[in-house]
Amino acid sequence: MIKNFKFIIIALFGFFLFIVLLQGLDKPNNYSPNNISTKIETKLTARMLYINKEISLGELIKKNNFSIINIWASWCLPCRNEHPYLIDLQKINNINVIGINYKDIEINAKKFLKDLGNPYSEILIDPDGTKSIELGAYGVPETYLVNSKTNEIIKKFIGPIDDLKFKEIVKLINNGKI
Amino acid sequence: MEKFKLFIVLVSFFLIFANNLHAQSSDRVNKISKNLRCLICQGQSVYDSQSDFAISMRTLIQKKIDEGKNESEIYEFLKNKYGEWIIYDPEINKNTFLLWLIPLILFVFGGLLIIRKVSIK
Amino acid sequence: MANQIGNYSLYIALVASIYLIFQSYKLSKRSSKNLDSKIFSVLSIQSAMILISFFSLIYVFIISDFSNETVYNNSHTTKPLFYKISGTWGNHEGSLLLWLLVLTIFLFIFLIRSKKQSKNYRLLTVLFQEVIIFGFLLFVLFTSNPFTNLFPIPKEGTGLNPILQDPALAIHPPVLYLGYVGTSIIYSSSLAALVCGIVNNNWAQHIKKWIIISWIFLTIGIMLGSIWAYYELGWGGFWFWDPVENVSLMPWFCLTALLHTIIVLEKRNLFKFWTIILSITTFSLSMSGTFLVRSGIFNSIHTFANDPSRGVFILCFLFFLIFLAIFIFFIYQKNISKDLSKTFIISRETVILVNNLFMMFFLSVVLIGTVYPIFLEVINGLKISIGPPFYQKLIVPFLIPFLLFMAMGPKVKWIKDKFEKINLQQFILLIISILISYLLITRYGENYLFAVPLFGLGFFLLFFTIKDFFSKYSALPQKLAHFGFSLFIISVLFNGILAKEYSSNMKVGDKREFMSKTLIFENLKVIQKSNYQSLVGEFKVLDHRNNLKFNPEIRIYNQPKTLTSEADIISTIYSDNFLVFNVLKDDGYYNVRYQYKPFMIWIWLSVILISIGGILSYFKKND
Repeated sequence: MIKNFKFIIIALFGFFLFIVLLQGLDKPNNYSPNNISTKIETKLTARMLYINKEISLGELIKKNNFSIINIWASWCLPCRNEHPYLIDLQKINNINVIGINYKDIEINAKKFLKDLGNPYSEILIDPDGTKSIELGAYGVPETYLVNSKTNEIIKKFIGPIDDLKFKEIVKLINNGKI
Repeated sequence: MEKFKLFIVLVSFFLIFANNLHAQSSDRVNKISKNLRCLICQGQSVYDSQSDFAISMRTLIQKKIDEGKNESEIYEFLKNKYGEWIIYDPEINKNTFLLWLIPLILFVFGGLLIIRKVSIK
Repeated sequence: MANQIGNYSLYIALVASIYLIFQSYKLSKRSSKNLDSKIFSVLSIQSAMILISFFSLIYVFIISDFSNETVYNNSHTTKPLFYKISGTWGNHEGSLLLWLLVLTIFLFIFLIRSKKQSKNYRLLTVLFQEVIIFGFLLFVLFTSNPFTNLFPIPKEGTGLNPILQDPALAIHPPVLYLGYVGTSIIYSSSLAALVCGIVNNNWAQHIKKWIIISWIFLTIGIMLGSIWAYYELGWGGFWFWDPVENVSLMPWFCLTALLHTIIVLEKRNLFKFWTIILSITTFSLSMSGTFLVRSGIFNSIHTFANDPSRGVFILCFLFFLIFLAIFIFFIYQKNISKDLSKTFIISRETVILVNNLFMMFFLSVVLIGTVYPIFLEVINGLKISIGPPFYQKLIVPFLIPFLLFMAMGPKVKWIKDKFEKINLQQFILLIISILISYLLITRYGENYLFAVPLFGLGFFLLFFTIKDFFSKYSALPQKLAHFGFSLFIISVLFNGILAKEYSSNMKVGDKREFMSKTLIFENLKVIQKSNYQSLVGEFKVLDHRNNLKFNPEIRIYNQPKTLTSEADIISTIYSDNFLVFNVLKDDGYYNVRYQYKPFMIWIWLSVILISIGGILSYFKKND
């Protein structure tokens, strides 16, 4: 009897392990920290690209209802591909598009904007990548949709903006307006 | 036996004088970055990785150290930005106490089993 | 053509498997004394089929037949021949074929070498092993077939990762698998021995050879992986507690414990239950390891291409094998004669139990550290990381008593021994060891809590094992292996505690001063090679005694587009000097990293010594 009991216990434990591991297979194994800090780091201060002055992110966010903070670089290929979407986003009334130029050379950055258009109301420069870490980003391109009034991050997009993400941003903004 | 004692003395000399580098206090940036996970590379530490993210991280850590922050402050800061996942050393909290406890419990349990199997007679 | 041959051979092997499973079961019920020759011939056919299949895959790799999807994904016409061949097993499908090869060939050899054993035992071993082979054949044929066709036939392959084109890495999988997969025979034969009721000292003598062989290959296989990581990956480390590394280490702990326990079974006919449990656990760990690294449940630079559907299959198969073993164990455990005797507290048997205790502890640390994040995420949704600090914190303190036991253990007699008052000689040795380590740490090392006792006991074990060589008792294999282990511990400690490093961002012409040395970035050369562009940095590291020249390389490959960094390592008996450099974004600046690693090469040499101990043990005549 005792032997049967031991066997059942082991069997149950094994079954538990099996189920957990089976579930574990479903989990994506590339962690994207999507929901850590829910508020944007307004205290982030950096120099602007076109004006030789330092300003904090909090000051830049104040305009408009929604802010889009986009981390980009002239050497980043996917940033080129997503740029048209940023131009379109800037045209929407309620959105203020702010750029963070990541580990770039100013001449190249300015040329990039001259060639492809400038959707940004302001651009902060992040020459060594440490400002982006203050934001909790880790790559480029990366985009944050922020509610300017509450400084809450509505959604963080890792990777370039594409058609799907663009539509999602528009939807989130429309929902927020109401 | 005499030969053996001589051998020991020789080995000791050899070990003590063979390599001659001065003692150095550890490089704190390296120490901290070895304990951080590179989020892009998924499997390397910030110390090992040469990705943009890792390089920026090391610069940031150096900056924080220069600002006078200590290790735990830097870890707290990064945990706020990126979550527990970025740190390789799991701290002991209500989520991880089992992690630390189970091997120790197993060791004690195994020890008890051995004691049962063994007699003093 | 070769594609078809490779494919159909596997199907024939599958049929052979089904036949062998049923036939061996049937014949085990019969009373005839001799093994039916049909079993032997069908097994021979199956082995031949797997061999043919394996060599067909090698063949299509050599001729770069891109109509084969595996070749297309993993090879390229410009790859050197050696790496085309080794590319065969450097991918998921091909390595599974390697699994099958070892499973089958080992069974074949087992059948030949076990003629003195009982017929039923041999038949049941065939049965259990064929169950494993059958499962793997199903897995290969239906989820991971290396012989799938591509049409239209591409002109060029998508190339193999240049990091994987390295001699150590080429032979690492075959050697590792001989050990890793070899534990399957231990599993099958242990279950067979259990059913036949022959778990005793005679069986121990026979199975011991298999355990030793498996252990030797596993040890060398793990070492090769570490050597590759150190020389090729350019980080200066050799062990990262990465899940895939851990997965090869876990069976090693179990197998080492089994290696010691089987000695007790052989000499004293004791610990029968425990031996069987260890045998089952070792192979289960191998299988679990296969599951963990191929299912995509982990992310790691080591993992194969992730495919969760494959993961489900292996998970089910793994649990089937484990449950089968547990089931058989519970039904047939009455076959093991009750072992109510207690061993005397001071005896070799007890000491070996203590070894097992520590091995199981280290195993549990690595196992729990590796799988805990999975469990936490499924149950809590939380993601945490478990890295080197965890493993070091738990393992290092326990190493200290372990080293002490390892020194004293082999001196304890079988059955019953006295606790001698520690004689003066041993005491003096201990004092000298601790003194040496104290001097070393305070002069060269960082302040590390366990450094002194660790080093002290490491040296103690070293001196003890050296002294042992002069004593009259034989047991050379064990002495050599234990001596090798003490050397290993000391070299690892030297590297962990006394190593120095320095890194800086430099451009050509820069000079840096640190630790009474000067590092100069003298020049940068660009050389075009056959399949990559090479940036060779010329560095000098000067101090008042040495003038070291380094030429690390950055390689820019095109197929696929990757950047690798090749460190330049100057190895001597005393130390390794390690220099590597990497491209930074700022034009002209490179991140340069220099490391000084004392006694690095002894880490590899000591593992080789340990393996030689194993080899000597294998060939030792039983007295």
